[in-house]
Amino acid sequence: MTETVETSTPLGRPIKRKEDAKLLHGRTNWTDNIQLPGTLHMAILRSPFAHANITKLDVSGALQQPNVVAAYGADELGDLNGSVPCVWPVTDDIVMPDFPSLAKGKVRHVGDCVAVVLATDAKHAADALEAIDVEYEPLDAIVDMEAALAPDSPALHEEAGTNKCYVYNLGGGYDDAKAKADVVVKRRFINQRLIPAFMEPRSVVAAPMGMSDEITVWSSTQIPHILRVLIALVTGIPENNLRIVAPDVGGGFGGKLQIYREEILVTQIARKLGRPVKWTESRSEDMVATHHGRDQIQDIEIAATKDGTLLGLKVDLIANMGAYLQIITPGTPLLGMFMYPAIYKMDAYDFQCTGVFTSTTPTDAYRGAGRPEATYAIERIIDELAAELDMDPMALRQRNWITHEEFPYTTVAGLTYDTGNYEAATAKALDLFGMDELRAEQKQRRESGDPVQLGIGISTFTEMCGLAPSRTLGALKYVAGGWEHATIRMLPTGKVELITGTSPHGQGHETAWSQIAASILGIGVEDIEVVHGDTGRAPYGMDTYGSRSLAVGGQAIKKAADNLIEKATVIAAHQLECSPGDLEFADGQFSVKGDPEKAQPLAAVAFEAFTAHNLPDGVEPTLQGEATVDPEDFSFPHGTHLAAMEVDTDTGRVTVRKYVAVDDVGVQVNPMIVEGQVHGGLAQGIAQALYEGAFYDEDGLPLNANLSTYLIPAAPDLPSFITDRTETPSTTHPLGTKGVGEAGTIASTPAIINGIVDALRPLGVTDVAMPATPMTVWKTIQAAKGGQA
Amino acid sequence: MIPATFGYTRASTIDDAVAALASSDDAKVLGGGQSLLPVLRLRLNAPELVVDCSGIDEIKSIDGSGDRVVIGSGATHHAVMNDPAVTSSVPLLAQATATVADPQIRHRGTVGGALAHADPRADQPPVALALDAEFTIAGPGGRRTVPAAEFFVGPFETAVGEDELLVSASFPKYDGWGSHYEKFNRTAQAWSIVGVGAAVRMDSGSIAEARIGLANVGGTPMRASATEQALVGASSMAEIEAACAQAADGLEPFADEDADVEFRKHLVRVLTKRAVARAAGISS
Repeated sequence: MTETVETSTPLGRPIKRKEDAKLLHGRTNWTDNIQLPGTLHMAILRSPFAHANITKLDVSGALQQPNVVAAYGADELGDLNGSVPCVWPVTDDIVMPDFPSLAKGKVRHVGDCVAVVLATDAKHAADALEAIDVEYEPLDAIVDMEAALAPDSPALHEEAGTNKCYVYNLGGGYDDAKAKADVVVKRRFINQRLIPAFMEPRSVVAAPMGMSDEITVWSSTQIPHILRVLIALVTGIPENNLRIVAPDVGGGFGGKLQIYREEILVTQIARKLGRPVKWTESRSEDMVATHHGRDQIQDIEIAATKDGTLLGLKVDLIANMGAYLQIITPGTPLLGMFMYPAIYKMDAYDFQCTGVFTSTTPTDAYRGAGRPEATYAIERIIDELAAELDMDPMALRQRNWITHEEFPYTTVAGLTYDTGNYEAATAKALDLFGMDELRAEQKQRRESGDPVQLGIGISTFTEMCGLAPSRTLGALKYVAGGWEHATIRMLPTGKVELITGTSPHGQGHETAWSQIAASILGIGVEDIEVVHGDTGRAPYGMDTYGSRSLAVGGQAIKKAADNLIEKATVIAAHQLECSPGDLEFADGQFSVKGDPEKAQPLAAVAFEAFTAHNLPDGVEPTLQGEATVDPEDFSFPHGTHLAAMEVDTDTGRVTVRKYVAVDDVGVQVNPMIVEGQVHGGLAQGIAQALYEGAFYDEDGLPLNANLSTYLIPAAPDLPSFITDRTETPSTTHPLGTKGVGEAGTIASTPAIINGIVDALRPLGVTDVAMPATPMTVWKTIQAAKGGQA
Repeated sequence: MIPATFGYTRASTIDDAVAALASSDDAKVLGGGQSLLPVLRLRLNAPELVVDCSGIDEIKSIDGSGDRVVIGSGATHHAVMNDPAVTSSVPLLAQATATVADPQIRHRGTVGGALAHADPRADQPPVALALDAEFTIAGPGGRRTVPAAEFFVGPFETAVGEDELLVSASFPKYDGWGSHYEKFNRTAQAWSIVGVGAAVRMDSGSIAEARIGLANVGGTPMRASATEQALVGASSMAEIEAACAQAADGLEPFADEDADVEFRKHLVRVLTKRAVARAAGISS
């Protein structure tokens, strides 16, 4: 068979997204748009306290309200009050408290679910919440992570007797490395709590399907397949009777990589009442009840020789679990564990992470999930080490990074990076940035005492994508695999159904997957329908998160297409009366080598496979290819990001003047979609540096759980990004792709903060807390000036 | 969220609206809805009756034909900031209005609504205060006029009574004055942390008269009167800075996540200096 990926194919072209016409014309099918006859609408009474005993709960008043059909607290729901599962018990002695959907006698964060009302319309359900008689006895909130770990702290989960969830250790040998070091730099960074704030609020509909035993659950989720397994396990509904559909889903960023208590409640109540039940959250609910991200205290220490050769790294994390463990809460900080050494060579690495419970919204995966935190800490401390050594921060990086000749390279954290070219990406970024001119301007501003100072921030990041080899996940105690499935079915008319186990929610899979398959099958992108997000139509899959969909799912598509061609080759050879080895396949057509007149299009083969009138012996009718692929390894995108930051020292206002992002995501299936992912990622990473942060007061009450004060930047707040790519194909992924969903988010946060600190370093500033608000920056400057005086 | 149940009536004249407001002990005026609807949806308020005034044509006009510019309370932000009479005779109002939220909101929300809502963070109230606007209010007893200095009573509280409707705000003409609105916020769509509106009349390169209004430095918009006086005669950046050093004196701003008292007062001084310098066209 001929090489199937050629430059004449749609692969690698910036074609417009198939998804967009529907989105732009409002023809989307959001979960909340689903209208089933007889639907009951659920409203939830949520805790206004961070930590309290429920001393009285009487839902009977709600039942007296108009249009109300049912109301439940934990007592009334009884056995149907399923517990939210956690699938990543990271250590043998991890504390895994029960997480009931409706609180049993005690609430543990603002937004914890106390009771629900079901009414025939959403408004009356909301109204009836006010008729529920509930009394609380407030308890001490547990907010500060270090205080929570103190022996005298009250325990959020009394039966555990401690707020410590787990302690995880990796590596060793740092003390020996440190003993040889000329310079040791130690810092504490706070990687603040973030809220995913996807555009479409969560929504779920569950319905018993009439005459059959099936229950269908529509949910605005990233993980319909995993959700099916988990809802079956939690509720006892036989998995074969459960169908999960993720219709059009408006963003997730990890926030919909979850099984939520609301999904369990809606399913159980629909089952109990035998009627469809719907719940759609308000933004106010979303901000306290959708899982949050980040929230780590990072103590990091780096040891080097005086010429700038890295010797070792020590990382000691405290990671906020929030009030309960959700699907992968404990494992999320550990996804960063392997990435602290990043692109650098060193001899020793000690890692420890302590998970801690607090009376706050649970945390879990948020765009990057562990890797942005790691990248932030290492790229920040490299800059601090450079300052300590009085070295250029890029020169320090160059001295220590893995050179392109050294790949594959096994890092001190134990990962083997297959390929990379940090020199090429950096050279391109520096060229686009105009480093020399900016450094000259920086010097001039410093010398003239300009109130607006200029700083240059560097981030030479890498990350791991393509979660993940199933054996690796097993070794990490994650209870599922990391494979992906694809089925490509060629219909009798030559049209194609591509069934994928990935579950897009804005990424453009329908377009990109069509490009991959069309390139191999030699047909038009428009002839392919991508089927996804419905366990009834796409039964196998591991869904979409962790930049895995292309890196893993793309492999499955390629292999499924190759399998389809392999079968078609046998049929075509039979039709053309030659041996399969005599055929070549190009541009959607089989032809006999040396006799191009003897040819048959793939679509004709599909029709032969359908009629089955003249198939070779032993060949089954129909033409489809299937593949379930377990990735050989992670993939390792990387890049060099440079930020020129202006800091108004009179007001503390920070402006991103110029931002250059050169990413190496391997082979690009659709460069326009890559560009979009980079832009969105940059916006979210810059947002962590400058704008976003979810904070609690000492009573555990959210201080900014609304979009008026939890600030998300929009186009006017961001510069026009300068982006480019280098292309070093992954050698462990058959398409050479690596993944791009999280790169911008991971890379940009440290670039921004490094730039601010660089601007202010002559004033004595060595760190700026995130988000670097005007007040934070101004006070940091005042404190540094005070220190100098 | 879904608002609690409320009554609704749509007024087509000012008299209709006043009658409707009188018909209920707990009625709210709906203009462009950009402040009221979030309040209803968050269930922070549940009025018995909402009187929709968005269909009253007689309050939508902007009239600069006389010696004042009269802005009907139903004129949208977009209409106000682009009206020739406003941009030429009350440019500071146009400048402040252009910083309000985003284009969608400016096409629905009204300047009159923002003034009557009197959010301490709002950008137009300090402009109305500094420029000596006058407010015409209609109620069961007829119409009355209230000067800006008496209009803003407290946070979300104005001289407009429960049974009254703001009809218009009229501004003296400031043709030939320099002006600038200096808004300091964290994102383009966010509320002001501090806003400073400055209008100056120049005479031979020196400031002859200055008017300065401050947003979000207290429960009501504030006027920096002492600074206005001190600025008279200033002709250099150094003199402006010296005069503006007192801009925060006497203020008792609140603390929030964006600014504590110290930082907010510091911003008042820095931003007043910048606003005045820009309004005066002085950069050194």
